[in-house]
Amino acid sequence: MLIPHPLLGLRDAQEFTYLGDAALLNRPDGMAEGAEAAFAEYVYLRDNPAGVHRELWFHEQGDRSWLVVTRDTTTHEILGAELARDVKLKGGAA
Amino acid sequence: MTRLTGGLIDRARDLRFTFDGRSYSGHPGDTLASALLANGVRLTGRSFKYHRPRGVFSAGSEEPNALVELRSGARKEPNTRATVAELYDGLEAASQNHVGPLGFDLLAVNDLFSSFFAAGFYYKTFMWPRAFWEKLYEPAIRRAAGLGSLSMQPDPDAYDKGFLHCDLLVIGGGAAGLAAALTAGRAGARVILADEDFRLGGRLLAESHPLDDAPATEWVARAEAELAALPNIRILRRCTVFGAFDHGIYGAVERVADHLPEPGQQVRQTLWRITARRAVLAAGAIERHIPFRNNDRPGIMLAGAMRAYANRWAVSPAKRVAIFTNNDDGHRTALDLAAKGVEVAAVIDSRPDARAQGQYRLVHGMVSDARGRLGLRGVQIDSGGRREWLDCGALGVAGGWNPNVHLASHHRGRPVWDEALQAFVPGEGGLCGLIAAGAAKGQGSTAAALRSGAEAAVEALAQLGIEARPAELPAAEDASAGLRPLWHVPGKGRAWVDFQNDVTVKDIKLAHQENMRPVEHLKRWTTLGMATDQGKTANVTALAVMSELTGKPIPETGTTIFRPPYSGVSLSVLGGGDTGAHFRPRRLTPTHEWARAQGAVFVEVGPWMRAQYFPRPGETHWRQTVDREVLATRKGVGICDVTTLGKVDVQGADAGEFLDRIYANAMKSLKVGMVRYGLMLREDGSAWDDGTCARLAEDHYVVTTTTAQAGPVYRQMEFARQCLWPELDVQLISTTDAWAQIAVAGPNARRLLERIVDGFDLSNEAFPFMACAGLTVCGGLKARLFRISFSGELAYEIAVPARYGQALVERLMEQGADLGATPYGTEALGVMRIEKGHAAGNELNGQTTAQMLGLGRMVSSKKDGIGAVMSRREGLAAETRVLVGLQPVDPAQTVLAGMHLFAEGAPHRTETDQGWITSACHSPHVGSSIGLGFLADGGARMGETVIAANPLQGQKVALRVVPPHFVDPEGGRLRD
Repeated sequence: MLIPHPLLGLRDAQEFTYLGDAALLNRPDGMAEGAEAAFAEYVYLRDNPAGVHRELWFHEQGDRSWLVVTRDTTTHEILGAELARDVKLKGGAA
Repeated sequence: MTRLTGGLIDRARDLRFTFDGRSYSGHPGDTLASALLANGVRLTGRSFKYHRPRGVFSAGSEEPNALVELRSGARKEPNTRATVAELYDGLEAASQNHVGPLGFDLLAVNDLFSSFFAAGFYYKTFMWPRAFWEKLYEPAIRRAAGLGSLSMQPDPDAYDKGFLHCDLLVIGGGAAGLAAALTAGRAGARVILADEDFRLGGRLLAESHPLDDAPATEWVARAEAELAALPNIRILRRCTVFGAFDHGIYGAVERVADHLPEPGQQVRQTLWRITARRAVLAAGAIERHIPFRNNDRPGIMLAGAMRAYANRWAVSPAKRVAIFTNNDDGHRTALDLAAKGVEVAAVIDSRPDARAQGQYRLVHGMVSDARGRLGLRGVQIDSGGRREWLDCGALGVAGGWNPNVHLASHHRGRPVWDEALQAFVPGEGGLCGLIAAGAAKGQGSTAAALRSGAEAAVEALAQLGIEARPAELPAAEDASAGLRPLWHVPGKGRAWVDFQNDVTVKDIKLAHQENMRPVEHLKRWTTLGMATDQGKTANVTALAVMSELTGKPIPETGTTIFRPPYSGVSLSVLGGGDTGAHFRPRRLTPTHEWARAQGAVFVEVGPWMRAQYFPRPGETHWRQTVDREVLATRKGVGICDVTTLGKVDVQGADAGEFLDRIYANAMKSLKVGMVRYGLMLREDGSAWDDGTCARLAEDHYVVTTTTAQAGPVYRQMEFARQCLWPELDVQLISTTDAWAQIAVAGPNARRLLERIVDGFDLSNEAFPFMACAGLTVCGGLKARLFRISFSGELAYEIAVPARYGQALVERLMEQGADLGATPYGTEALGVMRIEKGHAAGNELNGQTTAQMLGLGRMVSSKKDGIGAVMSRREGLAAETRVLVGLQPVDPAQTVLAGMHLFAEGAPHRTETDQGWITSACHSPHVGSSIGLGFLADGGARMGETVIAANPLQGQKVALRVVPPHFVDPEGGRLRD
């Protein structure tokens, strides 16, 4: 697979480490009321869609950027890639 | 000899080779198959299941029958297709899959019992008694089935891997491929042209039709010369593109030296990973046969192959041949062979209105049987109710051509049935940018193939914004084959569909009766298409037979798709040289060469090579060495390279806040110039990694990790920085390799360091336990000093730029000679940390918590650190097992890591399990074996006796529960 790195262009997927659902960006506030239930969901529950999926990839053998890659899990088509940092600063993964 | 005139072989040179020990000769340009046929050898092997005599069936990589063991000794290669093995002088080959001589195979008895070996027979026959399967049935079946045998020796040759990039990958160098490559090459695109054959031209080499009134080979030669002269084109001959992967990545194997007796200085094969923006699939078509009774006799082959042998290799498999066809292509073979002087006994055409196209006997009918067990002697013809036997030594069967859709289906591309062609053509594929052309797309005439290749290149380049004009093409034949489907000849007896796995029309009928009708069931029940050839010559025919039985049209019956690899790929080339010592990169510490000079024994720690211990002359057992290193450190001073521990430099105004969130304990409150032990949790609340965190300045920390988790911890820290809290002003960089870090431990550590620091005050008051500082040593060398201890002794870790690591160790050893300076390795390090009760990888195994480690109170509830919330959940909070020390009641007994703990008198069962031993060693300090472990309610059970058991090996030992600090429990030594 080739991943369109927003800074470096097309890079081979071998350079990346895969993490999973970009929902991991939305970490609950550990100091808030009911944090335990929120964390149980955050840590263990994932959607596993057949289709468009937003997911985290780490450019470990590269510039060490974390990316949010939008990928169709049924075709492996990559619909986009953003710096995770930008996504988070804009309010996290939808 | 059955050599004809002409052909693309070099008759000026003879190549000697042997088959089953007998000597033969051939010429450069021959394959093993063509050379065998030229020597009159029709019988080349035995079939998989029934051990039926078999011969060459095709002239290419689709070959199901002529599989041989090529070469001998360590280079022996089983299941090599003789049809693609290029002949070289001294080639050795042997037939396979027979017991006794090839002509009289003892296992041919299977053929007599064929009714027992029908579809699904494994599933039906070997059911009972159950215990017989593993001991009797399976080994016997495995011996009888299977094909060639392995050499059982390591592969002596070198292999390589490489990466290639191009605008257009052209797969196949026949008419369509050459037209595509010329079109794209002239347009200036970067092109790779790959062909599995050793000679470009594809089917053009096998046909007699002219191009522009000249032999096709002349046009091929001109095209090849032009391509070779273009700098933007790379031609890969002997290179099979075996798979299409995501986003236009293709796998290819170039057989660099397979055509030589030995590779010499070259690699044997290269694995190419080709990243192509677009690709043209010009892989041609594979002819299909027409099953009839005994259609597997040696000498019966595809008619197109027979024509290829005649035209390209100047060989006929027999002096008198016959053709069985359902289309005009069969007649073409008859004409070409007749033109070369081969006697054509008859052309048997199943189309009632077929007309002879030359001077040969035409029979309207079908071939219904064949005789000649070890080599064809004649075929039976059914014609208008009459039946006759016709003598012939070879039969060409022409059932039409299947576009080679293999690669097009690697990406979920479902082949689509083309009613006019009566064949599957490539369907819409996935994301590999593949465009089919030529015969692979069903454009089988030479003119159509040329045109379609050029058009495909124009289309592919247009998608890339590269303007191209189709190459001007030579005039070529443009005939249609006039095919009328005939999928098999009805009748009694066995008619083979899949030769390699011995599947017959009867088996398909049986599968139909037993309701194994969907094509995926059919495959698995009969093993059709599941041999190494993936049913290249069988699948479509089988579908058609099933469609006849179910009464549904072929497209409704299903399609079969193919998987990578297109043809066999050796594990050696996939490894590409990453074997043995080269399996993965090795990381060496800055003091590696020094340690080696000291005679150190090394141990692999992840990718690192670390000194395990430093034996001295006279020491006969590793424990002697380790005990000495431990005692020398505890008495004098020990020196150990700890560079492999991960180091992460953390800087920025929010560095403290960031680390507060990374660690379970607080780091923002750490004073500049001090170090704190830090524990990291996973977000699920389990303990993950530990290390130290040193604050060198207000906005500058250095974090250390364990050796094993250096990579993952850094990745997690970057995740936290970029994905969780990008608003924090903090920067990270891994400096593990930048600094050589040396532990200096023992009562003499301070005295030794005083001799190398540049006037730095090391007194306890100025530089207390857990202090850190930047300083210079050895007369101006930049260094960092940390007063931390893993051994429990007065200890420091000193870091210098990595390139000075070895010089520093040498200086320390030299300066510490009178202080008892002793290098120690990872074994002594481990012993001392167990004696001190420090947790390490065995305790931080991912299943334990801070509370279990006795560090529960470190998890701050005043801040939102990773894992803190989940560490407080009910299940983890209720855990009572905690880290304890364990000592044998009888000091002569040994404690072993991995033993489980039980109350005295309790049975040794899961329900009564009270914990386990994580680490154990012989402690020279205590004078006996000791251990650390997790024990239920351990904190309240000091002094109690528990039983450690290893029921697997019947071991049992009584242990006393003690605090986990065997050395200096008050920590006075650290603080002096």
